[in-house]
Amino acid sequence: MTASLASATPLPGGTVLRRQLKRAERRRKLGAAMLVAPLFLFLLVFFVLPIGSMLIKSFDNSEMRQAMPQAAQAMRDWAGEGVPPEPVVAAVAQGMRASFKDRSLASFAKRLNYEDAGWRSFIFATARKLPEKPEGSWLATLVEIDPRWEDPGTWAAIKRASAELTDYYLLTAVDLKRDAQNAIVGVQADQAIYLDILGRTFWIAGMVTLACLLLAYPLAYKLATLPPRTANLLMILVLLPFWTSLLVRTGAWVVLLQREGLLNQALQWLGLTSEPLQLVYNRFGVYVAMIHILLPFMILPLYSVMRGIPPVYMRAAALLGARPSLAFVRVYLPLTMPGVGAGCMLVFIMALGYYITPALVGGASDQMLSYFVAFFTIQTVNWGMAASLGSLLLVSTLLLYWVYARLVGIDRMRLG
Amino acid sequence: MPMTRFSALAVAGATALGLVFSAAAEARDLTVVSWGGAYQDAQKKVYFQPFEKTTGIKLIEDSWNGGVGTLRAKVEGGATDWDVVQVEAEELVLGCEEGLFEPMEWEAIGGEDAFIKPAVHECGVGTIVWTTGLSYDADKLGDNPPKSWADFFDTKTWPGKRSLRKGPKYALEFALLADGVEPDKIYEVLATEEGVDRAFKKLDTIKGDMVWWEAGAQPVQLLAAGDVVMTSAYNGRVSAANVNENRNFKIVWPGSIYSVDSWVILRDSPNKEQALKFIAFTSEPEHQKDLPPLVPYGVTNKGSSELIDPTVLKDVPTAPENLEVAFELDTEFWVENIEALNTRFNAWVAQ
Repeated sequence: MTASLASATPLPGGTVLRRQLKRAERRRKLGAAMLVAPLFLFLLVFFVLPIGSMLIKSFDNSEMRQAMPQAAQAMRDWAGEGVPPEPVVAAVAQGMRASFKDRSLASFAKRLNYEDAGWRSFIFATARKLPEKPEGSWLATLVEIDPRWEDPGTWAAIKRASAELTDYYLLTAVDLKRDAQNAIVGVQADQAIYLDILGRTFWIAGMVTLACLLLAYPLAYKLATLPPRTANLLMILVLLPFWTSLLVRTGAWVVLLQREGLLNQALQWLGLTSEPLQLVYNRFGVYVAMIHILLPFMILPLYSVMRGIPPVYMRAAALLGARPSLAFVRVYLPLTMPGVGAGCMLVFIMALGYYITPALVGGASDQMLSYFVAFFTIQTVNWGMAASLGSLLLVSTLLLYWVYARLVGIDRMRLG
Repeated sequence: MPMTRFSALAVAGATALGLVFSAAAEARDLTVVSWGGAYQDAQKKVYFQPFEKTTGIKLIEDSWNGGVGTLRAKVEGGATDWDVVQVEAEELVLGCEEGLFEPMEWEAIGGEDAFIKPAVHECGVGTIVWTTGLSYDADKLGDNPPKSWADFFDTKTWPGKRSLRKGPKYALEFALLADGVEPDKIYEVLATEEGVDRAFKKLDTIKGDMVWWEAGAQPVQLLAAGDVVMTSAYNGRVSAANVNENRNFKIVWPGSIYSVDSWVILRDSPNKEQALKFIAFTSEPEHQKDLPPLVPYGVTNKGSSELIDPTVLKDVPTAPENLEVAFELDTEFWVENIEALNTRFNAWVAQ
């Protein structure tokens, strides 16, 4: 109000007034910023920073540098052909001996063990036997302990472990590796699993989303057209599972679907099957449990969008001569698209990260990417691998989101 | 580089948080962490409460679900609110190498010779011995019970689904046993590529009949629900089902694999002295002997077994006749090979 007044009528004291206005404006902005600050800080400290530092771990290669800084430096300076010269070998041998003593060798041995199982015991066995001073050269001493120290491949692997950064984890996450010549090649068939698992993850999430949409659309329509009192009552039934723990719901599905469970008994009693069917611990069980858990996330956005569509539109279409099916396709369906988009996006992205449900009701070949993230984080403490698989999932999800935003438009999405 | 600044910020934030927590943790009571459930309830009766009463040291309980990642986060985050933790063999080896635990002072606990050999480690004291064995419902297979892992793979005589723990650990050992490898040669064979191929080839023969379990409670549920005819299971869970749910599940002891859980003291624990006292208390035969009657795990002090009632002892892994036909899980082998074999396992199940 005052701003428009000031610009409309130039007063003698105009510049002073403008300055005062600006100051007031700035104060308001500062106030607004202060109000957002706690949330912003919260997001920064508990969301952006941890995720960022986790992502950095996917190319972190500091194990050797921390365990034996001099040896890592010597290896980095070495050109990397064949077996390194004596001073470099000496630095590595002394580094191993020292870090074995102060208990920092484990991370280095573990890092090398990722390249090839067997390295861990190889490094530890060597470090345990290393003398304080070599008899003859350090190389001869090492070779006497284990002939593998003569192999240029051994030194090439240590050279890779000494670099500032590594692409090992990210390559492994897409079934690639570096060979002895440092060229990027595919891993052998019985080690190539992650692309398949990524594909499986997207496939399961896609199927769950599709099924949720097909189930939720008519239900949301029914809810939206009922009188509010009945609709609210039915809505409680939709929301009820929401308030139940995810583990309990997953457990309940096991009870229902197991071999002598309720569903199998019902099917046999009705004479539809003569033998109990395998309904759980396979892909079917994963689908059923995930669809059940994620269904409300599809119903709610659809419902809220459908509530906002005036019934007169459909009546108008009918008056203009459209058959019900045509009116639905041309009028109603396009109007619900923001809800469909929001629901699909929500369900799909949540389904991508599912871990505990497939772990409990799925078979060994129904595990999704998060299962492996958990495996590496908790079981083997290979955080580099966990981080790179996490990055793989994050990047492919963002990519998909970007494609979606490009094709459909984010402004066409409505959560309610 | 923005990245270094970024991680520096993260470290600064974590340190600040750590300072806040460690200040709060300075004057806290001895905190002991175990695996929860019925097992920890038994520990409470046998160890925790008598310890408090005898020594006057206040003890706080917590429970966890394993994973050396959890311990690393605790110790390296500077927020160690735990002192004594019961860990599995693999966590003991990994955590000890990473320097997450205080070296064990064996003189304070009665010397290494007082314990069975698998219970002795530079970072930990074994407290229980538990077994993974072939289990079945004797009410259903009582007439013709399976006697070995070879029977587990015999789908003609015993049709129906079977179940093993998801992943290569245990599954590969049991497959090789069924294929005729002697128990003391299992890990020698598994260390070779042909040995691994051989194990997977054996698993191929029952691949279509497999249900893979994830949590320790699942195998007994699978048996109870009739989902599977045989399964690998932890002996404690099997006995608990027999006692609490009136089941008649049996364990086939020959070819079972046992492992030891140990007490460790987390690095830089402010209550180290009390922690050692606690571990010493739980290692005495007169206290250990009370645990197996409540949960059928073996105990680790050599003097304990003779104090245990023979009717209880027969269901315990450390009973001489059970121990003789079983073998120990090779933790070193699995620490080294778990990632490669897990990848291989997942490639195999996806085929």
